[in-house]
Amino acid sequence: MLLEVEDLYLYYKTMKGVLRAVDGVSFGLEKGEALALIGESGCGKSSLARAILRLLPRNVYKYEGVIKLNGDNIMEYDDEKFRREVRWVKISYVPQEAMNALNPVIKVGEQIAEPLIIHKGMNKKEALERAAKMLELVNIPSDFLDRYPFELSGGMRQRVAIAMALVADPDVVIMDEPTSALDVLTQANIMNRIKEIRERTDITIIYITHDISVSSEIADKVAVMYAGEIVELNDAETFFAEPKHPYSKLLLYSVPTLRVDREPIYIKGAPPSLIDPPRGCRFKERCPYRFEKCDEPPPKVSVDGGFARCWLLEKG
Amino acid sequence: MLEVSGLKMYHVIRKGLFGGKMYVKAVDGVDLSLDRGEAVAIVGESGSGKTTLGKTILRIYEPLDGKIVFDGRDVTHLKGKKLKEYRREVGFVQQDPYGALPPFMTVKQILEEPLKIHKLGTKEERYERICRALEEVKLTPVEDFLHKYPHMLSGGQQQRVVIARSIITDPKLVIADEPVSMLDASVRVEVLRLLESIQHRRNIGIIYITHDLSTTKYFSDRINIMYAGKILEGGPSREVIANPLHPYTRYLINALPDPDAKNRFVKRDVPPGEPPSLINPPAGCRFHPRCPFAIKGLCDSKEPGYTYVDEHHFVRCWLYGKDVE
Repeated sequence: MLLEVEDLYLYYKTMKGVLRAVDGVSFGLEKGEALALIGESGCGKSSLARAILRLLPRNVYKYEGVIKLNGDNIMEYDDEKFRREVRWVKISYVPQEAMNALNPVIKVGEQIAEPLIIHKGMNKKEALERAAKMLELVNIPSDFLDRYPFELSGGMRQRVAIAMALVADPDVVIMDEPTSALDVLTQANIMNRIKEIRERTDITIIYITHDISVSSEIADKVAVMYAGEIVELNDAETFFAEPKHPYSKLLLYSVPTLRVDREPIYIKGAPPSLIDPPRGCRFKERCPYRFEKCDEPPPKVSVDGGFARCWLLEKG
Repeated sequence: MLEVSGLKMYHVIRKGLFGGKMYVKAVDGVDLSLDRGEAVAIVGESGSGKTTLGKTILRIYEPLDGKIVFDGRDVTHLKGKKLKEYRREVGFVQQDPYGALPPFMTVKQILEEPLKIHKLGTKEERYERICRALEEVKLTPVEDFLHKYPHMLSGGQQQRVVIARSIITDPKLVIADEPVSMLDASVRVEVLRLLESIQHRRNIGIIYITHDLSTTKYFSDRINIMYAGKILEGGPSREVIANPLHPYTRYLINALPDPDAKNRFVKRDVPPGEPPSLINPPAGCRFHPRCPFAIKGLCDSKEPGYTYVDEHHFVRCWLYGKDVE
């Protein structure tokens, strides 16, 4: 396993109480695998990304668990060691709306090259040469190194952000909704680039999105997050053919499909507050299959190589 | 009920202090029709002019050229009182629900305002109407919502208040500009179903402006594909999606995945380049610089007319034959 996350918790302290954004999450990824992390907004997807990257706000209440990268528990690293050896060097990040996160007054090339100078001790010339290679990887002519972000279209800026995340040759890159603000054709173009990068490197990807169709463009595995927990995790073939958890099923059937005729449905209600989540199954309030047992915490049941947390799947 | 022909709307920009005027040709010769009770979608990427088209039909903008006929009346250049009357008959749903709702007004005040402006009903009648509208958008029990401020509502609930406001004056047409693009995927279907039920119950027309082709399949009767200020193809929604004709429409459909584990092994065919500037759009067919099938000496100089492949499905592309205009 390249990346192993075990019982990861990230709680925030808020005015209204403790908010359990990541509540005991475990999963593992092999080198070169891509995991799509899906779920509605407010289910803790971005918090999970931040927990793995240790990009934490000030109001953290509880932050614990095990994150093993190549067998090393990086949770034990102090902040300085984590900054020097892990963040961006081994695990990098394409934040939400990354295209608006570029520094407007620094040339694109220098922004891409910066991590190499800081983390890898390269001189500026070497770093810029490598930055040019990264730009080509995301299909932007290398003479764009000398341009400022405002001279680039939204899709190009988004690809620059991806190039930045890949430049230090990390093991894992976490992409948080990297295409959701873009037009259809631009989005398809970026997905093509990511697919190409996957062919040419053995990078491991965690891809966060609420768009299930887009998640199938990249996922080897799919993890469904609901109210701070992973309620189902399976390989893409199994998941997209027949998801097991009721929430996953409803999510999949809420997608308006172009090629298949299937009236899209919707899930009534909204995800629960993470401050005081319901006892037992957290999805029970919205679940059409709810029965008595759902008031108790659901078991983690192994199905088809993955798992789902649901009383319906309990055998016997 | 609505008949739009040759509609043009240019935004004026000035180049420099002494430079002459320049125009952004956001809507450049659009024809569109809509019957009562029908939902017509305008599908386009950002910068295609779809929002300007909606706002021009709403008469927030005054068209430069062309004609808008609503219910047998020419509303193209209405002013003053007549324009106000027209606006009562056309509702509007914006993209960003939070931005569309005044933060210091309660739901009741927000819904009452259009009724006051148009001097509709007594105080009691207005209250009745507000309650009915809230029930219609399923914000019940009504008492729970009347006195809430927008920030106390979720995105989906805010958008329902915007929809309630758009129908409070009993319009015959509602223009919905990206009504769900700011909402979570699972809430989108819910809000679109709501619009659909209002459309059927009240028998009103809906112009659904969106960048999301897949929702138009299920929530509109006809679609129009817009690109760089022009409509390139149109027809019954399912027919256009099943048999797209214009190369641009084909690219759009090809770029949109359905959930399928095989997707990660295939690359999608994407046209080169980006949509053109609307200040100086290409001559001939607006898509020709990106089109692999462009015919030299034709597509780059002469604008294609309408070719009807059956009674309702048309395309504006030289690959499909003669200029019918």
